[in-house]
Amino acid sequence: MLDRRELLRHTAVGAVALGSTGFLGTTRTRAADTIQLPFGNGERALVKYPQKRPLIQMTARPPQLETPFSTFNEGVITPNDAFFVRYHLADIPLRMDPEKFRVEIKGRVTSALSLSLQDLRTSFEPIEIVAVNQCSGNSRGFFEPRVAGGQLANGAMGNARWRGVPLKAVLDKAGVMSGAKQVTFNGLDGPAVPDTPDFVKALDIDHARDGEVMIAYAMNEADLPHLNGYPVRLVVPGYYGTYWVKHLNEITVVGAIYDGFWMKSAYRIPNNACACTQPGQAPAATVPINRLDVRSFITNLQDGAMVKANADTPLKGIAFDGGYGITDVLLSSDGGKTWTQTALGQDLGKYSFREWQTSIRLTPGTHDLNVRAINRIGQSQPMEPLWNPAGYMRNSVETVHIRAA
Amino acid sequence: MRSAAVILGVIVLGTGSHAVAEIVTYDLPEETAILKPGPGIDQVQSNCLACHSADYIAMQPPKRGKAFWDAEVTKMIKTYGAPIGEADAKAIADYLAQTY
Repeated sequence: MLDRRELLRHTAVGAVALGSTGFLGTTRTRAADTIQLPFGNGERALVKYPQKRPLIQMTARPPQLETPFSTFNEGVITPNDAFFVRYHLADIPLRMDPEKFRVEIKGRVTSALSLSLQDLRTSFEPIEIVAVNQCSGNSRGFFEPRVAGGQLANGAMGNARWRGVPLKAVLDKAGVMSGAKQVTFNGLDGPAVPDTPDFVKALDIDHARDGEVMIAYAMNEADLPHLNGYPVRLVVPGYYGTYWVKHLNEITVVGAIYDGFWMKSAYRIPNNACACTQPGQAPAATVPINRLDVRSFITNLQDGAMVKANADTPLKGIAFDGGYGITDVLLSSDGGKTWTQTALGQDLGKYSFREWQTSIRLTPGTHDLNVRAINRIGQSQPMEPLWNPAGYMRNSVETVHIRAA
Repeated sequence: MRSAAVILGVIVLGTGSHAVAEIVTYDLPEETAILKPGPGIDQVQSNCLACHSADYIAMQPPKRGKAFWDAEVTKMIKTYGAPIGEADAKAIADYLAQTY
């Protein structure tokens, strides 16, 4: 693992190298491929990591990789080698002994447990759920006015078939004592300096025992890719990725609302119905970010695409929400004045991407296509983007500008 | 510095007919992002880059000015516990505001 000493050594070497090249890096090999995300300072290298196809590198240390948007047109399941990567702290585990790996269950339980990967695989009835993992800050780069943080386009999301053990079964085996309020989750990643708060997340005890929150050891019928949390991660269907703790090794039942930094101060949203404020304004009160809002995308046509006029143009894409299930995906080609129903694809469960498709005939000229989803409880997407200071939960109706000729 | 090691290393520890214990090592690609030149670059190099790569800085929205970068430096010190002295903090914020 990287430690502070090693990091400093790396940076010292870097400084020497910089000094000798006059900082311009003219002698350095340029990344083979780059991609320009559609906002200022949006140039990114496409970098090939082990177990991954070339992905959009947002940051190198810790690694943060975004999925190229074209991937979402390949199918409703996001391949493991294309799945986005998000870490907070630079001391990530780079060496793993799956025989020695243990998940500890402790705190307010009658018998603390230390479970091996083998225990998880053989001592509990497995469950499978197809669920979207989306970063809280997905699409932050599109916020206007722009905000600090990871500058992502729309690729910090993915949909996978997760297999593992219901957290409920593990907690039941440990025996949750009376007075339990929350369960906290810690992984093997840690900070580069001692005063940085370790990344620990918490869920209410009832949520933790809902039978769907899962300790996942497989993703799309394979081991988790290392950078997606190998050997196990928490899966919290319908909730933002911040709760899906990677390299999960410590589960603690606590008797109070956990007040660690990553719950009490970070990943908070305005405590109002839109989770929004006036641009530039701080919220009066906040709550921890929680369920995904409704989103939908056209995946087979990108901005600037050319299509044939007066002919059927097939359109398809994906929609998802926080677990109520998508019931309608609507298409507009007149700026949202009228909407037409699209046909939904196979239902892989209420936490999954839902495919949709339709076709449209367009007159010669430029057209804006909008897509808008509605879920089972009537939630939808705003036409105009909402704003909050942290750049979370962007879900406005997407527009694809195309030309028919 | 590491060469472009992008192969998932696997050290096989055991042999035999059942479950082979494998220690998995993961080699990250080499960091390539570098800081833009400017007064204060040394302080940024020795403080900021101890915890994160230079692309964290380069990707932020362009030309946001002093208040934006002051807030970022303060956040790194107060919130994330970066051990940065007052003089370095000022040099860093000035560099970031002028350079990015």
